[in-house]
Amino acid sequence: MMDKNYLKVENLICGYRGFQLDSLNFGIQRGDFAGIIGPNGSGKTTLLKAISGEIKIGKGHISLSDKNLSHLSIREKAKSIAVVTQHTEAVPISVEDYVLMGRMPYRSDFQFFETKEDIEIARKYMELTDVYRFKDKLMNQLSGGERQLAGIARALTQEPQLLLLDEPTSQLDITHQVQVLNLVQDLNTQMGLTVLMIIHDLNLASEYCDYLLMMNEGKLWKKGTPVEVLNYKTIEEVYNTVVFTQENPLSKKPAVFLVSNKILIQNKQNNSK
Amino acid sequence: MWIGFVLLLLVLVIAATMWSLLAGEMKIQLSQLPSILKNKTGMEYAILSNIRIPRLLLAFSIGGALSITGAILQGIYRNPLVEPYTLGISGGAALGVALVIVLGLNLKLGEFMLPVAGFAGAFVTIFLVYFLGMKRGEININRMLLIGVMISFVASSGMMFLMSITSADNLHSIIFWTMGSLEEPNSSLIKTMLIASVAGLFIAFLFAQPLNALRLGEAKATHLGINAAATIRVLFVVASLLAGLCVAVGGIIGFVGLIIPHLMRSIIGSDYRILLISSFLGGSLFLIVSDVLARTIIAPNELPIGVITGIVGGLVFILVLSRSKLKTI
Repeated sequence: MMDKNYLKVENLICGYRGFQLDSLNFGIQRGDFAGIIGPNGSGKTTLLKAISGEIKIGKGHISLSDKNLSHLSIREKAKSIAVVTQHTEAVPISVEDYVLMGRMPYRSDFQFFETKEDIEIARKYMELTDVYRFKDKLMNQLSGGERQLAGIARALTQEPQLLLLDEPTSQLDITHQVQVLNLVQDLNTQMGLTVLMIIHDLNLASEYCDYLLMMNEGKLWKKGTPVEVLNYKTIEEVYNTVVFTQENPLSKKPAVFLVSNKILIQNKQNNSK
Repeated sequence: MWIGFVLLLLVLVIAATMWSLLAGEMKIQLSQLPSILKNKTGMEYAILSNIRIPRLLLAFSIGGALSITGAILQGIYRNPLVEPYTLGISGGAALGVALVIVLGLNLKLGEFMLPVAGFAGAFVTIFLVYFLGMKRGEININRMLLIGVMISFVASSGMMFLMSITSADNLHSIIFWTMGSLEEPNSSLIKTMLIASVAGLFIAFLFAQPLNALRLGEAKATHLGINAAATIRVLFVVASLLAGLCVAVGGIIGFVGLIIPHLMRSIIGSDYRILLISSFLGGSLFLIVSDVLARTIIAPNELPIGVITGIVGGLVFILVLSRSKLKTI
């Protein structure tokens, strides 16, 4: 197994009044497509916010490519890490202007307008994410899926080393979920972009991620490949829900099936007979 | 497109400037203007140098300053209904002035006490809003807004109390001050106002990019490499001091800080690199025109400028809102 120390989280304690991450330790390898899974309130978003610099770290260290993130300025951090959130803003700003905002970390305090290079970089990522065709539309005129693609284009325009995504597909139908995740997968495999993504859907997590971090009650409950993490015992323990898992015949990754109460009762009755 | 719009505003400001110099109880012909300004003698020159030019400079600087403070505060709070006065700045200034009038300090120490008291009142309000708006050492913009609104209520109640116990003469002075006026005999104050408003525009423009990022919220601005907390702190202090100075010099001139940035945003969009300049020019234009109307509608008498800005501003605002509603339908 290769050293997972490209993104390195050591003894991380941080959070809010009433909720703290409990001394997390993990690492991610360069070029990984890693997923963070876990029930609501388990600390997934807090972890992501700590990495992006949105909240202060209480104790511990986070480093990216051996650089302690606490020692980087906000601007330097924005050049290394880009974030795509659950809701990309429905603001009255054109898609092109929105994507160009990704060049902000590269502008000096006295550079008020974008350079030709900025415009070319934004165009490249708009084309890659297929939003260039509606670059003049306002963000609030787009569908949820189109807005998420524009959000990814903006994040890529930051030319980051690490892309953080916070439930990017939770508001989308399956067509757009797959469209967004396929795009992120392509960026990961073709451009070598390291991806860390919070995702609720365990099947999507299994299919798209190479490595999973399962969080529960502020702790890192389990980490490893989808096969290592997504077994029915762990899922039942963390989610308090009955499931069974089976191997997806095509991807050879685990697929998770929910079992409803009705089926459970029927099953028990059949067994007792 | 935006360069054309800014140039158009500039041309309109120049046209309004000309109108302001020529119109009034004593009309001056455009052809006479160069010779009057060159010879520096006669009644017309006295009117220009003592009345119209000082008022014009104040209208230009206060209009521009109030408008950019509105644009800045709307950007920080991400709320298009916030204006300099929402934060209690005018209430604090008015209370300071009312206190000076009731205590008779303006008669004992001189009329300069009124702007000094206005600025002191505004400054105390800014101080309270800033520090009470902090939570665990960090600025909380919603908390600041609420505290500003509350201070505004407290100040207006305090002012009503002072008005209820004072003499009829003092009452008249207080009411007259609160209606706003561009009549300012102190040329140093006019120069200060002019320099402060241009400096305010310059400083605000330095923060145009962070303001653009803040349109997405504080967290997103941080993701884009912007120090959102520091930006909000600096801009709040700059905008508040500028608004405090405007109120101290011109009294309460309402609506400029609310409607002009709103109007500009509806025409040229929310990009602060363009919005700040357009708002400044639009505010200047609006106040220069309002001042000419205040001076000429019932000449030789004069209407308080706050009345004109309130009526014209309110009507324009309703018109813009109803048109934008139609568009969305």
